[in-house]
Amino acid sequence: MKTSTKLFGVALAMFGFGYALVPLYDMLCDITGFNGSSDNITQAQEVAEYVADESRTVTIEFVTNMNQNMPWDFKPEKAKMRVHPGKPYQVSFFVNNKTDRSIIGQAVPKVAPNTATNHLIKTECFCFTNQLLEAGQSMEMPVVFVINPALPEHIKTVTLSYTYFDVSSTASSNSINNI
Amino acid sequence: MSTTTADEHHDDHHPSGIMRWITTTNHKDIGTLYLWFSFIMFFIGGFMALIIRSELFQPGMQFVDPQFFNSMTTMHAIIMIFGVVMPAFTGLANWLIPLMIGGTDMALPRMNNWSFWILPFAFAMMLSTLFMDGGGPAGGWTLYPPLSLQTGDALPFVIFSIHFMGMSSIMGAINVVATILNMRAPGMTLMRMPLFVWTWLITAYLLIAVMPVLAGGVTMLLTDKFFDTSFFNAAGGGDPVLFQHIFWFFGHPEVYILILPSFGVISSIIPTFARKPLFGYSSMVYATASIAFLSFIVWAHHMFTVGMPLAGELFFMFATMLIAVPTGVKVFNWICTMWRGAMTFETPMLFAIAFIILFTIGGFSGLMLAITPADFQYHDTYFVVAHFHYVLVPGSIFAIIAAVYYWLPKWTGHMYSEFWGKTHFWLSTIFVNITFFPMHFVGLAGMPRRIPDYALQFSDYNQMATIGAFGFGFAQLIFLGLVIATIRGGAKATDRVWEGAQGLEWTLSSPPPYHSFTTPPNVDNEWNWFTRTVNDEAIKTRS
Repeated sequence: MKTSTKLFGVALAMFGFGYALVPLYDMLCDITGFNGSSDNITQAQEVAEYVADESRTVTIEFVTNMNQNMPWDFKPEKAKMRVHPGKPYQVSFFVNNKTDRSIIGQAVPKVAPNTATNHLIKTECFCFTNQLLEAGQSMEMPVVFVINPALPEHIKTVTLSYTYFDVSSTASSNSINNI
Repeated sequence: MSTTTADEHHDDHHPSGIMRWITTTNHKDIGTLYLWFSFIMFFIGGFMALIIRSELFQPGMQFVDPQFFNSMTTMHAIIMIFGVVMPAFTGLANWLIPLMIGGTDMALPRMNNWSFWILPFAFAMMLSTLFMDGGGPAGGWTLYPPLSLQTGDALPFVIFSIHFMGMSSIMGAINVVATILNMRAPGMTLMRMPLFVWTWLITAYLLIAVMPVLAGGVTMLLTDKFFDTSFFNAAGGGDPVLFQHIFWFFGHPEVYILILPSFGVISSIIPTFARKPLFGYSSMVYATASIAFLSFIVWAHHMFTVGMPLAGELFFMFATMLIAVPTGVKVFNWICTMWRGAMTFETPMLFAIAFIILFTIGGFSGLMLAITPADFQYHDTYFVVAHFHYVLVPGSIFAIIAAVYYWLPKWTGHMYSEFWGKTHFWLSTIFVNITFFPMHFVGLAGMPRRIPDYALQFSDYNQMATIGAFGFGFAQLIFLGLVIATIRGGAKATDRVWEGAQGLEWTLSSPPPYHSFTTPPNVDNEWNWFTRTVNDEAIKTRS
């Protein structure tokens, strides 16, 4: 019957719509930054034209987390920095695999508040590759960032958080950054 | 009449015994199956609720371990939503829609059989997970990852049974739409349909639109767990919050799926016992449609605390509050229908009036929850539990019970016992309030939901709630006994059953013939614009 065929079509389309929500959500998050997801790298020359605004100071805080039972030590060189928008800065993070086996980790960055997400520009970051650490190995990892001078006036503090996930079981061999 | 009598016996031919029920394509048989299935699941889900309430009778751990407690809250919700309220409404739709629109049967009778018989298998699979390694699902019925992905062996079984439930309700909904659009008697225009048919038509569209989205969401959980996809896995670039958006895009329309048919039931019962036509028929139709539309743009009010831009929180707050407008229209219309009516208070009417009062209380606590800044305090507390139980138990469940009392004499040909009906009503109404009203207080005081233990100061109200829950549970045994007794015998019901009953179903005998309206009634010639119904004596003598 015609009505029922159409309705089955609608049901199928809505199943597809459920899946279409995934890229739609990603797109919306990229544009608005509202899930704090800050996984884009920007080329250094793009931010070269920023004008440093020495009159304004913003506090940036660094937070490190371990997901579930990830047995690594992970901390920033300092908990916070006072920075001027438009000027690039470098900060190091230290990570240490204190177990007796090698583990592959993946860091996921998030930014709060979410209105600052797209204004925290990273030109160098360790968060784009799977990281292999042998037993007992430790490493220093730099992040180079600049705050876009367009950062809304009312934002005085920006928090950059990294969470390390254990991806040893799922990482594909060609994406591993083996130093 | 005399010319059709000889044929009727022939038409009534169907297999007897168990095969009648397994192979049936008759809308009345399938309606009965759905209603009995729902009734059985009601007692299973209710038993789980009593385990929860027993554990919460005192602070500290008494009877069950926390993992099992959590799987009880999860299973109780899944069973009550997908196994009780939805099948009960589908059962009512099967029984009543063809009778109300003067159709012969549902439009797709074989699919109808299939959509029912999927359900017992789906729920057998769901219940079997309680006996698996790692226990049943215990992360809440909302299945939020990453917690739900830590479920043991049960996870794929839970997901597949949700797929089956979804298929069953999508097929049921397609059948309802196809029936309403194609099987109406001549002259039964859309704006002449009883409101139960209207609310079901809109509910069916909601089902077709959102059940596939849930199916997609749980499929993503499945592939995340077993096929290394990263829809909700942050390490792989996914976002667990995305699941909450997908889930509530389904979940909010779902809560209207659970209540809109109740509005239809109440809109049938109130005019009968107030002996007045329904006040504001067309505004009722538009209000139902508005609620259905709004249900698609309010989902994120379930996740105010998850982190959203201010503009988003404001939008979802105001959109949610907007729903109070069409819902208020409905409540005012029911009250205006009763206003200066010649009211009598038979059991269905008592349940309908209790529905209006108690559902409105649930609506008000919903408005409180809609206020974003206040919701940060209420989120995931017993206040939320009180809210949704007020709209679901004295809301949907009371409407289903009212519907059963109202149409049971039509279905069985026997009157039920008013004494036991009223006893059941008063016990249910008193105990439902003893159960759920104190939950508002412990919730506002900060007791979180889904925990087996609580701080000492919440003890008194929890003890009240547990006593109420057992009282309510045992009161439902009266209902069970009454339904069985009415099926087996009792005073003969007249065709009209209720003095003020209006509509095509009352033109049939009680019980109606196995195949009804084989000659469609002509509604056009016998439409009474004042009572907004057919002149049923004329329809009867003609057919």
